[in-house]
Amino acid sequence: MEAVLALGIGVLTASGLWLLFRPRTFQVVLGLSLLSYAVNLFILAAGRLRSDAPPIVGKGAVDPALYADPIPQALILTAIVISFATTALLLVVLLAARGLTGTDHVDGEDDER
Amino acid sequence: MNGWMHHLIVAPILLPIVVSALMLAFDERRRTLKRALSLGATAALIIIAGLLLWQADGRLDTGIARPRAYLVGDWPAPFGIVLVADRLSALMLLLTSVLGFTALFYSLARWDRSGPRFHALFLLLFAGLNGAFLTGDIFNLFVFFEVLLAASYGLILHGAGAERTKASLHYITINIVTSLLFLIGVAMIYAVTGTLNMADLASRVPAVPAADLMLLEAGAAILGIAFLVKSGTWPLSFWLPRTYAAAAPPVAAVFAIMTKVGIYIVLRLSSLLFGATSGSAADFTDQWLIWSGFATMLFGILGILATRTLSRVAGHYVLVSSGTLLAAIGIGGAALTAALIFYLVSSTLAVGALYLIIEPVERNADEDDMIAGIAEPVFDDEYTGAVEEEDNEIGIVIPGTIAVLGGGFIFCTLLLAGLPPLSGFIAKFALIDALFRADAIGPTAWILIGLVILSGLATMIALTRAGIDLIWTPAEDSPARLSVIEVVPIGILLSVCLALMIWSGPLFRYMKATADVLSDPAVYIDAVRTAPRSGGSPG
Repeated sequence: MEAVLALGIGVLTASGLWLLFRPRTFQVVLGLSLLSYAVNLFILAAGRLRSDAPPIVGKGAVDPALYADPIPQALILTAIVISFATTALLLVVLLAARGLTGTDHVDGEDDER
Repeated sequence: MNGWMHHLIVAPILLPIVVSALMLAFDERRRTLKRALSLGATAALIIIAGLLLWQADGRLDTGIARPRAYLVGDWPAPFGIVLVADRLSALMLLLTSVLGFTALFYSLARWDRSGPRFHALFLLLFAGLNGAFLTGDIFNLFVFFEVLLAASYGLILHGAGAERTKASLHYITINIVTSLLFLIGVAMIYAVTGTLNMADLASRVPAVPAADLMLLEAGAAILGIAFLVKSGTWPLSFWLPRTYAAAAPPVAAVFAIMTKVGIYIVLRLSSLLFGATSGSAADFTDQWLIWSGFATMLFGILGILATRTLSRVAGHYVLVSSGTLLAAIGIGGAALTAALIFYLVSSTLAVGALYLIIEPVERNADEDDMIAGIAEPVFDDEYTGAVEEEDNEIGIVIPGTIAVLGGGFIFCTLLLAGLPPLSGFIAKFALIDALFRADAIGPTAWILIGLVILSGLATMIALTRAGIDLIWTPAEDSPARLSVIEVVPIGILLSVCLALMIWSGPLFRYMKATADVLSDPAVYIDAVRTAPRSGGSPG
């Protein structure tokens, strides 16, 4: 399971970075989304992987080893909301830049090649 | 500790959020009301920050100066969210609110009319900044960073226009990537130590096994890159001068404090996590900070000399001050830390004042000059024969606007270049003095001294050149009008700098006490650990 997750994170990061270095704004936005997925998976991995373990500990003396770490899940929840909102905002700026410059090049000027 | 003073620490975060939420209830036509609300809120923030500063310095109630920790939601310290107000964060709060009040006041002249929801965004920026200064754990630091960044995205777009949109497209992209790096760093630190609370982290770092130390340092380094991008460290700084030059002047003035958020966090975390007491992880950041600081200073100095527009000079000056602070943090020592905090306050206020004064100064200039970046030659070498208009020398009327602007500009130049007797000089003098007082003055200290002096010289040259071009060359048309609303905030900022000079003695005692607490993380850790719970045991 670790190997699959690590591979997934790696592929997402690589694709995200590749798209991020493109000169077109739409690709940059998609690259950022892929990168944020990779980061969210990475946070999940930081809290040790456990399948089928509940993240909430019941009352009384319980063995914490039976439960998944709830903090990374809380962190991811926050990170998803924030990165979603900022990406949406970037999309609006992208549209504004497209309207003002007439091109979707990140510098607002198309090189003739 | 009485009730409301205990809860005062949440006010700098809650007040701006509540007031900006309130503004959504009124539409843009109720401008007077919005202005009154936001000015009132920022004025209240100055008072609150002042009270917190007195409290942190031990002047109020108990008389014991120790960091105040506040448990949000009354959860015990390492598990719940903690807000901590010590001398450093209280000082940063006061600095933010003073700069914010003046920038907001300045924006009333006309800038707040150039786009919707200016006041609400401005206040949200303060909520984020204040939260970042007060928070006691690194994940909430991320959340508050995002709050302030989201508000800054809105503010940088304020006023629209193609140039602003292009600059902000880069700014937003860079900051989103930075936020992702921030998250990776947080996740790695959490994976090694199992905690996100700064005080708890500080006590666990010395006990990290050698096998995991590499992972911790990698996490801290990735986290550090996020802060270095924010503080404009070379080579992560190329976005900064352009973005700041594209922003509306009052926005650029408050952005002067945003680079200092990065510096504040570097100062806080390097003293807490990688200070002298953190065992094998100690001092791992120092060399990196010193050399990246030097590179930043050098880049800033070259930038200052190379640009002809004032707003870019100001942007590069921001880089120079960030570089100075980073290098000084890296070299370390209590005396130097005290001096660098003084320099931080002084340079932030001075850059803020410069950003506010740029626009009225450049208003008189020729539009073509501004765009091409070419100015008339300062001295004309051609000999034109004997001076014939001797009688014109007496009774040249200096227009009032030019007198005020010129005076303010000279004041600003002296302040930024660090010439005596203003606070910029005192700050640089204290830095150099602290470097000389260290036991053994090493090559890094000499480089820092050299760069500090060189940066002053470069600033002096660039600003004098620009000042002669823009103010003293006679303009054909009559000088533009300068409203009182614009003069007052510049006056406030410059007189605060004057006050920094006059009361530098007591201020330095405060900075020294701040530096002493920073060099001893145990005080901070203890304050968070023993934070009183209001529901349970009496505080």
